[in-house]
Amino acid sequence: MSLIARHFRGGVHPQEGKELSCSKPIQIAPLLSSYYVILHQHIGAPPKLLVKAGDDVKKGQVLAESGGFVSASVHAPTSGKVKLVEWPGPSGTKMKAVEIISDGKDEWDASIQHDPNWEQHSGEEIKKRIANAGIVGMGGAAFPTFVKLSPPLDKKIDTLILNGAECEPFLTADHRLMLENAEKVVTGALLLAKALSVNKIYIGIENNKPDAIEKLKEITNKNNIVVVPLRVRYPQGAEKQLIYAITGREVSTGKLPMDVGCVVQNVGTAAAVMDAVVDLIPLIERVTTVTGGTVCNPSNWKFRIGTPLYKVLEFAGGINMQPAKILLGGPMMGMAQSSLDVPIMKNTSGVLLLAKEEIAQYSSHPCIRCGRCADVCPMLLMAGTLSLMIESENFDLAEYTNVMDCIECGSCAYVCPALRPLVQHMKRGKAEVIANKQQK
Amino acid sequence: MFELVVLSVGLIVCMGILLGLGIGLTARAFEVKQDPRIELVIDALPGANCGGCGLAGCADLAKAIVAGKETVAKCPVCTSEGALKIAEILGTEIVQNTVRNVAVVLCGGDNKNAKLEARYNGVNDCKSAVLVSSGAKGCKYGCLGLGTCARVCPFNAIEMTDNGLAVVHPELCVSCGKCINACPKKLIKLVPEAVKIHVFCSSPEKGPAKMKVCKVACIGCRKCVKNAEENQMSMIGFLAQVNYDMPPPPELADASGCPTKCIRRTDDNLK
Repeated sequence: MSLIARHFRGGVHPQEGKELSCSKPIQIAPLLSSYYVILHQHIGAPPKLLVKAGDDVKKGQVLAESGGFVSASVHAPTSGKVKLVEWPGPSGTKMKAVEIISDGKDEWDASIQHDPNWEQHSGEEIKKRIANAGIVGMGGAAFPTFVKLSPPLDKKIDTLILNGAECEPFLTADHRLMLENAEKVVTGALLLAKALSVNKIYIGIENNKPDAIEKLKEITNKNNIVVVPLRVRYPQGAEKQLIYAITGREVSTGKLPMDVGCVVQNVGTAAAVMDAVVDLIPLIERVTTVTGGTVCNPSNWKFRIGTPLYKVLEFAGGINMQPAKILLGGPMMGMAQSSLDVPIMKNTSGVLLLAKEEIAQYSSHPCIRCGRCADVCPMLLMAGTLSLMIESENFDLAEYTNVMDCIECGSCAYVCPALRPLVQHMKRGKAEVIANKQQK
Repeated sequence: MFELVVLSVGLIVCMGILLGLGIGLTARAFEVKQDPRIELVIDALPGANCGGCGLAGCADLAKAIVAGKETVAKCPVCTSEGALKIAEILGTEIVQNTVRNVAVVLCGGDNKNAKLEARYNGVNDCKSAVLVSSGAKGCKYGCLGLGTCARVCPFNAIEMTDNGLAVVHPELCVSCGKCINACPKKLIKLVPEAVKIHVFCSSPEKGPAKMKVCKVACIGCRKCVKNAEENQMSMIGFLAQVNYDMPPPPELADASGCPTKCIRRTDDNLK
């Protein structure tokens, strides 16, 4: 069964909210006295801790090395003393973390130097540097980048797509990055293409960022990168939807982008790749948007990984009223947080503090079978029907009805007139199907 | 006219007799021989089809009992009269139902005693609620109080208190074990019914961390361990545990001097 119709079908267009922060240049966050670096920040195996409590580390030093093929290393965001702590993570549970008590010197590790010969390196060397830098997908999924760049031999990759769609409302981090660091993004893209040995490079950007499209078109004139303006439609930045919109290829059920010869990387990841290959700088900081109706000064920041949310708020000028919901990520797919201790992670593209008027608090009603969820589902699923199956705990039937294809974009819940928490049902269904599989 | 009636009635009667004979003979020829005792054993079993035995309902267990593969002890619901009846049917010795178990929810942190960290307004179901920030409670190990266990209990033995805590009524519980898998926090344990005292806390965190989020948590002060006789209580990390093989007397609940009163009698817990 094909997943995506002949034309990118479905999706929604929520209120954008990007005007709050899209004109604010990226600011560099000042040095903090403490950073809380959670060790397991990516999809895959947890990394192995290399430092002990009381150790002195330098900025960029490896704190924990990759603990398997699908894993990523974690680095110190500044120089200072190590303390091992249990710290609340975005999932709500306490996770193993390293607290770096800054010594104020912010000294780089000796191994981190500019490499003047970076242009001569082979694809293998580029991949090695990306792995060493602990780079993961910075759009939100946090999948180790180097794994995406190492497809099995029988999968022929011919296209690299950079994802600059930033379809989530409110977020402007990628937008600002493309505007201010366009060269970095393009160099990163060329390096990624070299690692994959592909010639076709596309950068997909939604039409609501004309300045970024203009800027990137200007500097990609000389090379073979094609900048593709995309329709403003959520979830345009979802991997499978982006591939379809740009190349017309469909990723079928249970398959990966590499099965259709594509690799998709976020523009933020590309910028991090350039840092890692040219200057050997590991992934210790990222661009994040702090916004929402309660934030005094919605803005874009370069935060070091491990900056706790209470500090993030301070930088953004504090709040002018009690937020009703705090989210990491965008309003459609972001994770609700219950603690301000949670630190910025490698995949935190936004910190949202929404006012009461900006969120909908409601209770669920029975499905009226209007079918609007099926109209907007970009994966052509029947969310309403699936939610009924999951409510009655019929997980086998839900699996048969392809609940595992759900990308949890939230379009169905956005349009549901019965106010059903459809995504939550889907998440539950997916969790149960995975648990059942593991039992067998 | 009269002839017509006689003819049609006669034909129908003849057809009936012939077809009836056919059915009878076919039934005889293809008869599935079933032990008549199975039906009797099914009647003697509770008939709740709770699945507590691990088989697909009471009929399945009855078959296994008659075949000698299982004993009635496998059924957690069956009373001693039931066991006696089955022993009579099968002509075997009475298999005493081993220690009778009941479920207990090892958490005392209702909405009054335990801190809520967030307001949850998603699907009214514990298994969905844990997907959002591991639940809204400050204590990440505590009862979420949305009643998933109470809804799966076929015997209505679990009550949700007004303050959002699941409590098992031991006299109704038959230890079928359905609630154990329903609880995403794994708070429900099957314990011998004879043990009337429990530590109503399951959080392995350190005392101060627990005190911040719950007034009735076990803070790991070891008072109960000291006041009990040897081996009756033990500490696993920062959590006191009742040794269910060698339980302390229920009086320990008062005698222990537990500062948070998290070691309680089963019946005190129901109040």
